[in-house]
Amino acid sequence: MGMTITEMILAHASRRERVSPGDNIWVSADILMTHDVCGPGTIGVLRREFGADAKVWDAEKVVLIPDHYIYTADEKCHRNVDTLREFAKQQGIKYFYDPGTESYSGVCHVTLPEKGHTRPGEVLFGTDSHTCTHGAFGEFATGIGNTDAGFVMGTGKLLLKVPASMKFVIDGKLPKGVVAKDVILRIIGDLGVDGATYCAMEFAGTAIDAMDMDERMTICNMAIEAGAKNGIIAPDAKTIAYVKARTDKPFQCFHSDADASYLSFRHYRAEDLEPVVAMPFLPDNVSKVSALQGHKIDRVYIGSCTGGKVADFIQAASVLKGRKVKLDVFLVPATVEVDHALDTEKIDGRTLRQIFADAGCQQPAPPSCAACLGGPVDTYGRCNHGEVCVSTTNRNFPGRMGSADSATILASPLTAAASAVAGVLADPRQYL
Amino acid sequence: MSENVIRGKAFVVGDNIDTDQIIPAQYLNLVPTIPEEYRKLGSHALCGLPVESNPERFVAPGQEGSVYRIIVGGRNFGCGSSREHAPISLGASGAKAVVAESFARIFFRNCVATGEIYPVESEAPLAAHFKTGDEAELDVEAGVLRNARSGESFKIKPLGDVKEVVEAGGIFAYARSKGMISS
Repeated sequence: MGMTITEMILAHASRRERVSPGDNIWVSADILMTHDVCGPGTIGVLRREFGADAKVWDAEKVVLIPDHYIYTADEKCHRNVDTLREFAKQQGIKYFYDPGTESYSGVCHVTLPEKGHTRPGEVLFGTDSHTCTHGAFGEFATGIGNTDAGFVMGTGKLLLKVPASMKFVIDGKLPKGVVAKDVILRIIGDLGVDGATYCAMEFAGTAIDAMDMDERMTICNMAIEAGAKNGIIAPDAKTIAYVKARTDKPFQCFHSDADASYLSFRHYRAEDLEPVVAMPFLPDNVSKVSALQGHKIDRVYIGSCTGGKVADFIQAASVLKGRKVKLDVFLVPATVEVDHALDTEKIDGRTLRQIFADAGCQQPAPPSCAACLGGPVDTYGRCNHGEVCVSTTNRNFPGRMGSADSATILASPLTAAASAVAGVLADPRQYL
Repeated sequence: MSENVIRGKAFVVGDNIDTDQIIPAQYLNLVPTIPEEYRKLGSHALCGLPVESNPERFVAPGQEGSVYRIIVGGRNFGCGSSREHAPISLGASGAKAVVAESFARIFFRNCVATGEIYPVESEAPLAAHFKTGDEAELDVEAGVLRNARSGESFKIKPLGDVKEVVEAGGIFAYARSKGMISS
């Protein structure tokens, strides 16, 4: 019997001929990423367990990306970035994207691919649940806590249980107004927030093939919201072209065997899909936007690793062009590179930045995670007064974006932009 | 974690208690390996639970820790963000175990890796059988959770594959015992 792509990668990383779901194996890490929120604690674990003079297993495989609490007055947050600075210097860390310098980038999960750290066939750990994003590059990528990360930092290895794989095939052509965010929300709605717990979610089909890397990242990014261990899309020519443009490091492409075994198999016809939202307070509380039009909202937020990439801003701009917004629209490009694209990407001769300004959106904020997870009370875009926010982010649990009485509606950038124009929750298809 | 029998007050919560509710994001500026900040995390444990669903607070206003020792949860306890601050804040508050119908995987892993709090699964949903404040007794080895108020006992699933790691006291102790890393 053959293996799934996830099993093949884990077999390769553990130097075994084959692995099966349920096997507990030691795998070698290719990349360990940490950021300003979990980095200091991870470093604390490393030093506590391996000694004050402990060295990371490989100074080129630990990637430090401060991104969560960057633009705040909070002193502890500044201290935490300083902790990373000292560590980077002490260890000779090659890849450290330092805030306030030329090397600063922004959101970790958009930075990793941009800077060539995501490669097919590899194993990537990150101290962040949305590390599953990088399965879009045909690798095994999963989120871990500080203690596991401290272990990886010191040894380069981690004990893992091989997950069973669930297959999701989306075939056909997505209708106008329906994008990757709608696809993954629909799947999460069908599965439930614990429907994929401990499993690998493997996405395939012609509709997935047709997606660019940004859209594939959106799909894999939200695998965690169904409880999955990882999300994954087999590498193809698009993946290879993207990766080779950003790194010279060699990589290996794996593809599931035709006779691989899956826990479950779900098939979706792309033509049947519609714009959807996840209403408060669960990512699986998914409904068609058409059924909820007119629902009262207070603001719109476009940003995060889920919905703050170049493709996301192009989607939003396609709806906002030539129109005016009726409420506060917060724009947070995920990275410095995405922010630059606001000036180079154009629709009918207007740059994205111009389109947003013409529409009356707030000026795009400096790149970071910002209000996706609320954060310190002075965070840009934080919901502090019970607002109902339509957001391109990934979670809508109680208090997610700030105050306990605020509420988040998860949506695609198209739906978010349409709602900004309408001033209420709106179906984007009427604006395209 | 060396205790085999845990006794104390139970605190009952519902399904899908995510890590933002366990420890809201604004407290993630605290670094768990700094002792003073470890204690502060304990004082904020479960403060993100909406007041409407949980009028009885896990940590009483003005207190440093919790009077509750055993959290009784429903499905998918600890879902959402991977923040290890979540199980750490529970352990720092004085809680010893979470007995839930099911766990989200990163939270479960973090409990096991840190040794901060036992994550055990119940055979059946328990929310209907416990009220916050009930005196409870959890025997992890025997696989039983008992409600002293009602006298009822409930089966707890064995720890399974992670038992060795939990009994060793966490991932580092386990790895040392196996010779994966030196002492």
